[in-house]
Amino acid sequence: MEARAIFETLKEKFGDAVVELQGEGFTPPFVVVAPGSVRDIARFLKEDPALSFDSLMSLSGVDYKDRFAVAYHLYSMKHRHAVGMKAMLPRESPSLPSVDDVWPAANFQEREAYDLFGFVFEGSKDLRRILLPEDWEGHPLRKDYKYAEFYHGIKI
Amino acid sequence: MTGMTARGEALRTQEMTINMGPQHPSTHGVLRVILTTDGEVVTRAVPDVGYLHRGLEKIGERVTYAQFMPFTDRLDYLAAMNCNCAWAWAVEKLAKIEVPERAEFLRVIVAELNRISSHLIAFGSFTADMGAFTPFLYAIRERERVNDLFEMICGNRLTYNYARIGGVSGDAPPGFLEKTKEFLDYFEPKIDEYNNLISYNKIFVHRLANVAVIPAEEAVAYGMTGPNLRGSGVPFDLRRDEPYSVYPKFDFKVCVGTGERGKLGDCFDRYMVRINEMRESVKIVRQALAQIPEGPVMAKVPRVFKPPAGETYFRSECPRGETGIYVVSDGSANPFRLKIRTGSFVTMNIFEKVTKGLMIADIVAVIGSFDIILPEIDR
Repeated sequence: MEARAIFETLKEKFGDAVVELQGEGFTPPFVVVAPGSVRDIARFLKEDPALSFDSLMSLSGVDYKDRFAVAYHLYSMKHRHAVGMKAMLPRESPSLPSVDDVWPAANFQEREAYDLFGFVFEGSKDLRRILLPEDWEGHPLRKDYKYAEFYHGIKI
Repeated sequence: MTGMTARGEALRTQEMTINMGPQHPSTHGVLRVILTTDGEVVTRAVPDVGYLHRGLEKIGERVTYAQFMPFTDRLDYLAAMNCNCAWAWAVEKLAKIEVPERAEFLRVIVAELNRISSHLIAFGSFTADMGAFTPFLYAIRERERVNDLFEMICGNRLTYNYARIGGVSGDAPPGFLEKTKEFLDYFEPKIDEYNNLISYNKIFVHRLANVAVIPAEEAVAYGMTGPNLRGSGVPFDLRRDEPYSVYPKFDFKVCVGTGERGKLGDCFDRYMVRINEMRESVKIVRQALAQIPEGPVMAKVPRVFKPPAGETYFRSECPRGETGIYVVSDGSANPFRLKIRTGSFVTMNIFEKVTKGLMIADIVAVIGSFDIILPEIDR
């Protein structure tokens, strides 16, 4: 299915929770959704027979300076089509529902986004830092991250 | 678990937590697995990754697109050519650059040679983990010849830095294509030799068959890709199903697990997929050598390269699964955001689930059958 048709389907089903379609310059195009409805929309994308996005290719955090975003890249093994889903988050208290019960593949990548961006995935079955030590301060992939000079007295 | 003492009393045992790694030869690097064991049985195995985190994604935001190329060598050092090409293809997709056909052929040749050498290490180290050291020496012997070929074409033996945005760093030197063909003629019969040597060895099969069975739906849901996904019987290969570069010109088979020695999707199937894929890679390189056109190997790319603003996700088939590169460009000379999704990292997600209830020695088999590599997990 084309991204435009997927967007129309979602718009009809979820109304205002589906914000816009980022088409020009985006491959694959992104359907921008309200962060609160991420899990419901994800479940629909996976379970609707015409869509059946059974594979979460990638989940990434992005810092657009004025706001954050979580970008999901989805693929359907059955229909062989791909689409992106994006949730824009405010800079203060970025949180959204976890999708690891829809796609178990999300867990490690959500932990990565939590670790490097500080996003909170509500209802995640296991949300801990993954790449950095547990007592690391700050989230390095944020654009306003200040490099620490010392870690446990060791010069970095 | 309770056993019996010699006098018939119940023997009380207690769960124990032990660290496997980060310095452990069978973990293929610095993977730490926190094992909770009940005797020899693992009740829980939690992987702890990140010991090799270098912040490559953050580095990517501070260097230009071309300057990031050498860093991709450090993603998966056993398949640096594949990572080089993945980065070049991703940026070319973002900036819509047409690459000369000869360059694409050279990329496919080196990428498939690198897949062979990477699968050789997977085969060699896996058998060494299982207690058979000799095949490792056979694998290294053949890999040496691939390294010689790479030294010839780009001067390096491990971190190649060969691909460029818009082409490759240099044309094949005289004699390279003939030497490659010689290598293929030498290498192809060796695959049968490996099968005779170890693949169907009774002890080896017993260590792998029916261990850590992953059904197809589960493999897809957990985001497994590459040989690990195909080991579960899913015929999905990006080179065929989402073709890029000049792959549509070649005829090759997508190897899948068949459950030939146990249940479909066990360690043996994942092992066998890699062995069979080496044969297919030989086939691809042979066809590429026969069809390679003459011409330039570099497109005209401005020295100060600024792709248009936009976002692209490109994925390619690397030896350890799909390497997906998500680039956000704001129109400047540096990537605004760069995310690299690697096969090994996402595969580790399923590790805790499949290792539940296995014996400690089977953990080694699972790690070997996933063929993970730590710099790719930690980035």
